[in-house]
Amino acid sequence: MSMSFTDFLTILPPAIVAAAAVILLTVDLFIPQNRKGITALLAAFILAAALGVNLAMMGRDLPAAFNGMAVLDGFAIFANTIILVSGLGGIALAYNYLRRMNLERGEYYPLMLFSTAGMLLLNQAYDLIIVFLAIELLSIPLYVLAGLARPRPDSEESALKYFLLGTFSSAFLLYGIALIYGATAHTNLAEIVAAVAGEPVNQTLFVVGAAMVLVGLGFKLSAVPFHMWAPDVYQGAPTPVTGWMAVSVKVAGLAALLRLFVMIFPSLAASLSPVLAVMAGLTMIFGNLLAVVQNNIKRLLAYSAIANVGYLLMAFVPYADARVASDAVAATLFFMVGYAFTSFAAWAVVIAVEKAEGKGLNIADFAGLGRKNPLLGAAMTIAMLSFTGVPLTLGFWGKFYIFRAAVEGGSIVLALIGLLTSLLSAYYYLRVVVVMYMQPGDPGAEREPWINLLAVVSAAVTLLAAFIPGQLLDLAAKAILKLL
Amino acid sequence: MNFSLILLTFSPLVGFLVLLAFREEQKNALRWTALLSSLATFALSIWVLAQFDPAAPGLQLEVNQPWVTVAGATISFQMGVDGLSILMVLLTAFLTPLAILSSWESVKERVKGFMLFFLLLETGMLGVFLAQDLVLFYIFWEFTLIPMYFLIGVWGGERRIYAAVKFFLFTMAGSVLMLLGVLYIGLTGGTFSLPALISGREAFAGAQIWLFLAFAAAFAIKVPMWPLHTWLPDAHVEAPTAGSVILAGVLLKMGAYGFLRFNLPLFPEATLALAPYMAALAVVGVVYGAIVSYRQADVKKLVAYSSVSHLGFVMLGIFALSVQSLSGSILQMVNHGLSTGALFLIVGMLYDRRHTRQMNAYGGIWKIVPVLGALMLFVTLSSAGLPGLNGFVGEFTILLGSFSSKTLGNPWFAGVATLGVVLAAVYLLVMFERVFLGPLTQEENRSLKDLNLREVLVLLPILALILWIGLYPNYFFSLITPSVERLTAALQAASVAMP
Repeated sequence: MSMSFTDFLTILPPAIVAAAAVILLTVDLFIPQNRKGITALLAAFILAAALGVNLAMMGRDLPAAFNGMAVLDGFAIFANTIILVSGLGGIALAYNYLRRMNLERGEYYPLMLFSTAGMLLLNQAYDLIIVFLAIELLSIPLYVLAGLARPRPDSEESALKYFLLGTFSSAFLLYGIALIYGATAHTNLAEIVAAVAGEPVNQTLFVVGAAMVLVGLGFKLSAVPFHMWAPDVYQGAPTPVTGWMAVSVKVAGLAALLRLFVMIFPSLAASLSPVLAVMAGLTMIFGNLLAVVQNNIKRLLAYSAIANVGYLLMAFVPYADARVASDAVAATLFFMVGYAFTSFAAWAVVIAVEKAEGKGLNIADFAGLGRKNPLLGAAMTIAMLSFTGVPLTLGFWGKFYIFRAAVEGGSIVLALIGLLTSLLSAYYYLRVVVVMYMQPGDPGAEREPWINLLAVVSAAVTLLAAFIPGQLLDLAAKAILKLL
Repeated sequence: MNFSLILLTFSPLVGFLVLLAFREEQKNALRWTALLSSLATFALSIWVLAQFDPAAPGLQLEVNQPWVTVAGATISFQMGVDGLSILMVLLTAFLTPLAILSSWESVKERVKGFMLFFLLLETGMLGVFLAQDLVLFYIFWEFTLIPMYFLIGVWGGERRIYAAVKFFLFTMAGSVLMLLGVLYIGLTGGTFSLPALISGREAFAGAQIWLFLAFAAAFAIKVPMWPLHTWLPDAHVEAPTAGSVILAGVLLKMGAYGFLRFNLPLFPEATLALAPYMAALAVVGVVYGAIVSYRQADVKKLVAYSSVSHLGFVMLGIFALSVQSLSGSILQMVNHGLSTGALFLIVGMLYDRRHTRQMNAYGGIWKIVPVLGALMLFVTLSSAGLPGLNGFVGEFTILLGSFSSKTLGNPWFAGVATLGVVLAAVYLLVMFERVFLGPLTQEENRSLKDLNLREVLVLLPILALILWIGLYPNYFFSLITPSVERLTAALQAASVAMP
């Protein structure tokens, strides 16, 4: 077994983040409690460095590294970029909030970095074992982060729930991997592809294994019917953790799902496509339906995140058709960029309005925000319109491409469900706008520089990038999945 | 390439940017900026009219710039104007400054936001009438929702939130179905450009009944056609006066225009097959709207329901599919914009004075406010279709065209619709009588002030146009007819080809 220099280049983005996180954990010991801003700054610096390295690898076409364990193809680079940028967003969400809520602990940022390293590795995983390792690496720090606000009971509940269901789903994933190994005698994706194409494999084992993998990832993505944990976890976890993981975990989980399905499961499409279709349909319907009755903004956004996973899965139903799959992958990546910026705009505003002891999180608490804080109000409005998919926002183009891919794949009924549930979503997103602009009140939003910056920048990108969606779509279209 | 249309569409945004520079307290500066900006847009629309060649049936002043390419199909920034849209563009640019002027005193709070949304709305509406690319059209179409939603929801009456959300959801319900149709057409036709799709429509001809219905869902809700009209009374009644004027004057026309621009040329066989059903719904709307209007005690609600009736005429004219009826429909769209716009303005002026719109709070006030009364009589008669005024020309042409329509095949559609003309005279004149004539019943009304100069200035341009169209409609028909003839020729060809 030989290792070369390019092997290390390939895993550089997760390696930088993981190694620097270890160092940061130590360095943080020497940073006094009233200067934890330095830790945040260092963490941001680490993410920015990894982002630079990641982008520098673009177009290099590195071969699969470490005997085909990890890759850094265009797809991984694209997904990595979203993860790293959202990590920066996550730090901006957290810094003022942690101080204000008395949660400022040194380990917060290193934990974020560890989890980020896991996400990056998941994007790049090219072997089922790495997939599993990466998922554990991204999940375990998240369990801790969700419980960071202890001894607040809902935070502890959130951590425990997330931990129990997370390990449960990991077990499914692992069992699925074992079954696939049983069917094909390989864990490496390229070798599995070869094995499936070559000698006949045990189809039953293979299908059941694939289904277990789908269940495991379905939990991570909070796709219906594996979504039960999401609202409670999202509500109980400290808001910056929620906002950040609503974006990052989804991106990494979908990246893994896309890669596994498009690469090794096309032969199973006859069994898996209908399952995906039902999951997508249920996720869109229940995500949107349950969001309608929420009064807590964090729960509302949690259900909205579930609903968005439904849209993403929908485009992906006919994944076995190579042409449709590449369009669906591009549409998914594009949608996730829009989703990320939209989410950060929304979560930044939520954090600005949130008060100690979990107050200020009801939708009614946003009354008057439009008048008292015009910028935050406008940012939230743009976010809500973008989630709804109203032009001209990135959310509109995201839905446009996703629905286009669905229609292209022949899933007209799913597209119709998606569009009608979008209509439903307009109702609950608009409620937030109604409260902000049409009802009197003063939410007494915090004026914190990083939060304001994040809200304004995210909303501005959501709005302005919608005028030039072509470039972004071209980038996404180049990030195709192929064998290395 | 001619940039006139781009300049016209986005000219309100210049005013938008200037408005941003002012503070909320500088109310008069905000009002003047918005007014001047919309007047400049009106001047640009006249300039576009000057460049418009009435004799040419096709698209003019075209702009075509590729924008985004999605997997082979290009979304273009494609605009153009023809006989179907020129009057709509002019109507939009004409009504917007009047609506702004009408809200000079009635909008006192949050003036900046009001004017900002108004100018955004104008850009959206102009874009809808000028876009020649399906996706571009959809974007403008959906975009008009946002400013109107805020105009109703923030500056509206008591039940404004309910009305705003209902307006938004109803319109979006139709739009999402249209979006599905747009996506399907784009995928099968390989382009989103309307002229290219019309010539290559065999690609999706097999699904055209479904596509027709998907587009019709969006447009029929907007018009609104019976039985999809229930959002309209709420939205109209709760909207601020200027919002009602634009809603009735322009936004409803977007629906009727959508049928003309998309359904007829893209799905001619489906149009021919479904025309009798659409016409039947239109006729039901004519009668239903008229009867419900008659029962209203609230003047604004009465005017709102009268829109259902009047737009029923427009839809009947469209689906009678003859040159005469189609031309009449387009002219009637303008007429309705002017008459109903003026009615809403006058009702708003009454409301500003008395803060009620119930008819029984008035009675015999002509003696107190003679100018208001005279202008109201003029507008009421125009809306009721008195010969010599605009409403008559439009309705008469529609009925004439529908009566002998080959597509509809029998004169009953026009026959029943004629009932609507009679009923219109009844409910409008009864309303006028109860508000203005007879003895003065309420003592509070004795101190009502008559119109001031600004209010007269708001109404006079509309009255002048009402008279112009009524006495000399030929000029307007000459703008419309060549494009309509082209449209009917295409439908004729489709009906010949049909088995």
